[in-house]
Amino acid sequence: MARFSLSKGRLITLGVVIALVVLAVLTVHDWHQLWKISSAPDNVPIVAMLFLVPFFTWLGIKQARANDRLVEELEKDPKLAKTHHRKAEPWRPGWARDIHVWPYLVRIEFLAAVIVTVILFVWSITLNAPLEEPANPNLTMNPSKAPWYFLGLQEMLVYFDPWIAGVVMPSLIMVGLMVFPYVDSNPLGNGYYTIKQRRVALWMFCAGFLQWILLIVIGTFIRGPGWIWFWPGQTWDHNAVVYDRNRDLHDIVADMIGFTQLSSSWVLKMIFGAIVVGLFFVVGALFFHWLLTRGGLDRMDRSLPFWKRVWLWMKTPDPFEQKLLARTSLLQYATFQFFAITVLLAMPVKLILRLVFTIKYVWVTPWFNV
Amino acid sequence: MDPERPDQKETKQLTGDEKPSAGLISKVRESGAALKERAVEEAKTYKDPQDTQLWKSIFRVSHDRSDPRNRSLAVLSNVFLHLHPAKINRDAVRYAFTWGMGGITFYLFIVLTFTGVLLMFYYHPTKADAFRDILYLEHDVPFGKLLRNMHRWAAHLMVITTWLHMFRVVLTGSYKRPREFNWCVGVVLLVLTLLLSFTGYLLPDDQLGFWAVTVGTNMARATPMLGSEGPFGVQLGMTPFNDVRFGLLGGSIVDANALLRSYIWHCIGIPLVASIFMAVHFWRIRKDGGISGPAPMVLESEMKAIKKK
Repeated sequence: MARFSLSKGRLITLGVVIALVVLAVLTVHDWHQLWKISSAPDNVPIVAMLFLVPFFTWLGIKQARANDRLVEELEKDPKLAKTHHRKAEPWRPGWARDIHVWPYLVRIEFLAAVIVTVILFVWSITLNAPLEEPANPNLTMNPSKAPWYFLGLQEMLVYFDPWIAGVVMPSLIMVGLMVFPYVDSNPLGNGYYTIKQRRVALWMFCAGFLQWILLIVIGTFIRGPGWIWFWPGQTWDHNAVVYDRNRDLHDIVADMIGFTQLSSSWVLKMIFGAIVVGLFFVVGALFFHWLLTRGGLDRMDRSLPFWKRVWLWMKTPDPFEQKLLARTSLLQYATFQFFAITVLLAMPVKLILRLVFTIKYVWVTPWFNV
Repeated sequence: MDPERPDQKETKQLTGDEKPSAGLISKVRESGAALKERAVEEAKTYKDPQDTQLWKSIFRVSHDRSDPRNRSLAVLSNVFLHLHPAKINRDAVRYAFTWGMGGITFYLFIVLTFTGVLLMFYYHPTKADAFRDILYLEHDVPFGKLLRNMHRWAAHLMVITTWLHMFRVVLTGSYKRPREFNWCVGVVLLVLTLLLSFTGYLLPDDQLGFWAVTVGTNMARATPMLGSEGPFGVQLGMTPFNDVRFGLLGGSIVDANALLRSYIWHCIGIPLVASIFMAVHFWRIRKDGGISGPAPMVLESEMKAIKKK
C-alpha cells in the first residue's frame, strides 16, 4: 500500500478545503438558527447522511481503486491473468474458497443486529420524537415541510409545476431506476467494485443520487418561511418578502427581439415553447452521446498540463467506451437517452434557469406549463 | 386354595413379628436406591441438552463441531436460516463488501413491526383520540416514550439503510445479469419503504404530520388526467370530490377519513405488500446465484465484441 504523502496537488486541495471552511464559518451570522435547523430531531437523519454518504463513497472508491490497479496489472501480464484468483483480497493456495454460513455469516448478522439495537436504544433514550401542537387546519405551519426524504420533491416544486415535480418526476425516477440494469450493456464489473470498467454507469447513478441528496439538503437547510432562500447561518425572517422577478422565456425573447405577438398569442407561445423543449432534447442527446464515448481523464498523456489534458480528453473518444456503445441496442440507447435527458439533465438545467436566470416557464400552453 | 393363601400369608406375617417389617423397609430402601440410581443415570443424559428428545424434536441436527456436515445441516434444516446457502464465498463476509445494509434494513423492518404492534395497543385512529393517545404514550404508558421514539428512529434509519444498500448494489454492479429483475423488486421495496414512513407521519395527528401530508397530497391534485388541477384533469371531469387526491384522503380535506386510511395503509396494507415483495426479493437472491461477489474480475480484453443472446 502506498503511504500517505503530501504532494503538491493534495496540498492545494487541502488549502482550498480549509479556505472554504473558513469562508463558511465567517459568513455564518446566526449560529443559533443553524443549530436549530441541524438539531431538529427529524433533521438528524439528513445530518447523518451528510457524513454517511461521503464515508461509504470513500469506502467504495477505496476498494474500486485496489481492484482497478489489479486489473491494470493483469491486463499487462496475460500469463499472470491466467493463474491469478482475480481479486484484490489476499489469497493463498490451499485456502477453502467457500466458508460455512454457520457460524461465519450468522455470527456477523447476530452482531449487526445487536449493534443496531444498541444504537436504536441510545438514540431513542437521548432524543425524543417530535410532537407539535394538535393538528389545526386554520393555522398553517410556516415553513410547512414534508418529511426529509421527500424534501427533494418539495424543493422541485420551485422549478416545476406540481404535476411534474409531484407526479411525473417521481414516476420517471422510479421507472428510470428500474430500467437501469436493462440499459447498462456493459458486462464488466459484475459483482466487484470498479470505476475504470464502469465509468458511465457509475457517473450517471451518482449524478442522480447526489442531485437527490442536494435537493434534500437545500430543502432542509436553506428553505425558510415562505420557502424563501436563506443561506445557512442567516436568520429566518418571517416577514421577509421576495420580489418575484421570474419571467417566462417567451416574454424575455419577445422583449429582446421586439416581437410582441410572441407574448400575446397562445399559439405562438406554444410553438415557441415546443421548439425550445425540442432543442433541449436535441442538445441533451448530443451531450450524452458525447459523454458516453469519453474515457477517463487518467488515460490521457500525463505529461501534458492539466487544461491541455482536459481539452484532449474532450476531443478524443475512448476505444473501450466505443466498444461498449457498439454492444448497446437501439432500444437500450433510446431509453437511456430519454431518462438521462428528462431526469438527470432537466432538473439541474431548470434549477439554473430559475435561480440564476430567473426564468419561470420555457413552454406555456393553455393546458400545462413546463 | 383361596382360603389357604391368605392364611399362609398371615402366618408368614404372624410368625416373624419383626422380620417382615424390616423386609419392607429394606425393600423400600432398595427400590429407593434403584430409583435414585435411575434418576442420576437419567439426569446425566439431561446434562447435554442436545441429547434430549425436546431438543432433537426442535432442532433435528446435532451441533457437534467435529462433523462439518452438521454446520451445513444447521442452516439447511432451519426455517429462518434456510434463506442462506450452507456455504458462501469466503470474501463475501467482509463488512467492506456488502456493508450489511440489506440485512440491517430487514432487521429494522422486524424492529418496526414489533414496536408498531405494541404501539397499536395504545392508539385509536380517530380525530378525538389520536393526539391524546400520543400524549398518553409519552407520559403514562410504561416505556411508552421509548417505544414511540424507537419506532420513529428505526423508520428514519430504515430509509437511510435502504438508500445505502441501493448505493452499494450500484457500486458493485450487482444489478447486472442475472439480477436485473431483483433490482426492480428492490426499487419497489424502496418506494414502499418511503410510503410506509410517509403514512406513519400523519398518525400522531399533530401540526407536523398534518401539514406534511397536506403538502404531499396537494401534489396528487396535480396528477395529469386524474387530478382536479392537473393537465387535462378538468377536461376529463375531475373535481376535488372525485379525483385521485379524494381517493387517497377519503375526502377533500385531511381529516378523520384520511387518518383512518393512513392508519390502515400504514399498519396493514403496505406492510402486507412489502412482505410479499421482500419474500420475492430474498428468494431471488438465492435463485440468482446468491450474493454477487466479490466475484473474480473480468478484463477488458476478455470482453466479447457482440452480445451473446
